[in-house]
Amino acid sequence: MLGYIESFAYQLAQTLIVILIAPLMLGWVNQCRAWLQNKSGAGVLQPYRVLAKLFQKDVVLAHGASPLFRSAPYIQFGCMILVASIVPVIETNLLFAPAADVIALVGIFALARIFSALAAMDVGTAFGSLGARREMLVASLSEPALLMVFFTPLLIVQSSSLNTIVDTLAHREFAIYPSLAFAAVAFVMVLLAENARIPIDNPATHLELTMIHEALILEYSGRHLALIEWATAIKLTVYCALGIALFMPWGMAQAGQWQGVPVAVLVLAVKLTLAGAGLALLETVSAKMRIFRAPEFLGMAFLLGVLGMLTYLLLGA
Amino acid sequence: MAFSAQLINLMAALLLLIAFAMLSQRRIRSLIFLFAWQGLVLAANSVIVAHSTGQGHLYYSAFLTLLLKVIVLPVILLWLIRRLNVQWDVETLINIPTTMLVGIVLVVFAFNLALPITQLAGTITRSTLGIAIAIVLLSFLMMLTRRKAVPQVIGFLAMENGLFFAATSATYGMPMVVELGIALDVLVGVLILGIFFFQVRGAFDSLDLRHMEKLKED
Repeated sequence: MLGYIESFAYQLAQTLIVILIAPLMLGWVNQCRAWLQNKSGAGVLQPYRVLAKLFQKDVVLAHGASPLFRSAPYIQFGCMILVASIVPVIETNLLFAPAADVIALVGIFALARIFSALAAMDVGTAFGSLGARREMLVASLSEPALLMVFFTPLLIVQSSSLNTIVDTLAHREFAIYPSLAFAAVAFVMVLLAENARIPIDNPATHLELTMIHEALILEYSGRHLALIEWATAIKLTVYCALGIALFMPWGMAQAGQWQGVPVAVLVLAVKLTLAGAGLALLETVSAKMRIFRAPEFLGMAFLLGVLGMLTYLLLGA
Repeated sequence: MAFSAQLINLMAALLLLIAFAMLSQRRIRSLIFLFAWQGLVLAANSVIVAHSTGQGHLYYSAFLTLLLKVIVLPVILLWLIRRLNVQWDVETLINIPTTMLVGIVLVVFAFNLALPITQLAGTITRSTLGIAIAIVLLSFLMMLTRRKAVPQVIGFLAMENGLFFAATSATYGMPMVVELGIALDVLVGVLILGIFFFQVRGAFDSLDLRHMEKLKED
């Protein structure tokens, strides 16, 4: 019983941390981007201000918007909360962990995306369906790549549960895994594509020719928009946490050892800071691709995932 | 697994990655830089193998690789493309994602081919033989899918890199005389092919090798 309460407390704390720091993470990435482009930037707290503003505003709904359109933001936000409670960030003793493994995780991301695409087509504007089509194009290519990325750590650990993967990878003897390096590069490429970052999509654009993610949410306003923006921030944070959990899990507290938690929190903060800065750097040095180059980019990610798996099978490392 | 074996595996994986990067590269200039990187990783791999097995002659071949494949050949190639003015994009015969998929099939084939040999061998580098064969096949694929002369020559050189890597991983390198001979061959080969480029361009006004398929004058 005590064990249940303990893991419930860990679960609650961890999920809340991810949800609450997600806007901070987004703000940090934007701030780094601004610095790298010689701008002063809006500060790391800007996303919180935007969310607060949007929550206070009234919702304007398009004529003929169905209940699907109104429920989609809640579904997306709910999916992201679920995902945030599955990925271990500080401690691997999670109550919800047996509910979904990494493969189900991909499915939850897909669920959120399908609802955002459906909602975008629901009101029948040109931009909405254009964005939905592009989103599904990118998604149909990035999902198999993401699965391929997961297969390498899965093979190494012989388990598809995220907790087991992190526990094993974080507390084993140091060894170089070339296969994990391949998978990590592929994961970064998928992360860029899935979170609408620069080589595939520009999160700051409102130019109709290039936008993907922004086109999906053009019709939203008020608290709906706030929920979607927040869900996007959580998605970015969870992806970074996922990358950290799979490829550099050192410093995470072992299950049931609360002494390791303060160190784990500190390590997580450092890692997320570095990840955000790295993401901003990647976005600054690369140029936005034509949409028809996206299949090539994601094909490359898929290929790297497959190569990681193959090198693991051949080299055993 | 010993640390040196892990490092060798890492180098092998890097070489495979570079081979795929070359396959997907559109610009000749970047292709030459990738070729130089491949040489550098190859030299590092030779040094690690030499250090962990005590094979002194591998140090010389590493030095030779460094000198020839990282410095001399890329400089010659860069000079050539500047003189020929062909730094622009390369057109490939098959589009690049398809080439990549064919590449994966080749890698699977090479790995399967090397598996029985790997199980019999007792060297520290045994598991990298499959990657060496894969690099040879991938470079061959690159030669097949490129139309222009310069990428084909780079594919040829990359294939030689793959063979060198295969020799290192299967038998700790070839005898010094053979290695010196091959190095000289490659150098002379590139010089001759360089002269060839100018001849081809003089005759056809282009470096596109399709023109050479026409044997009759019309």
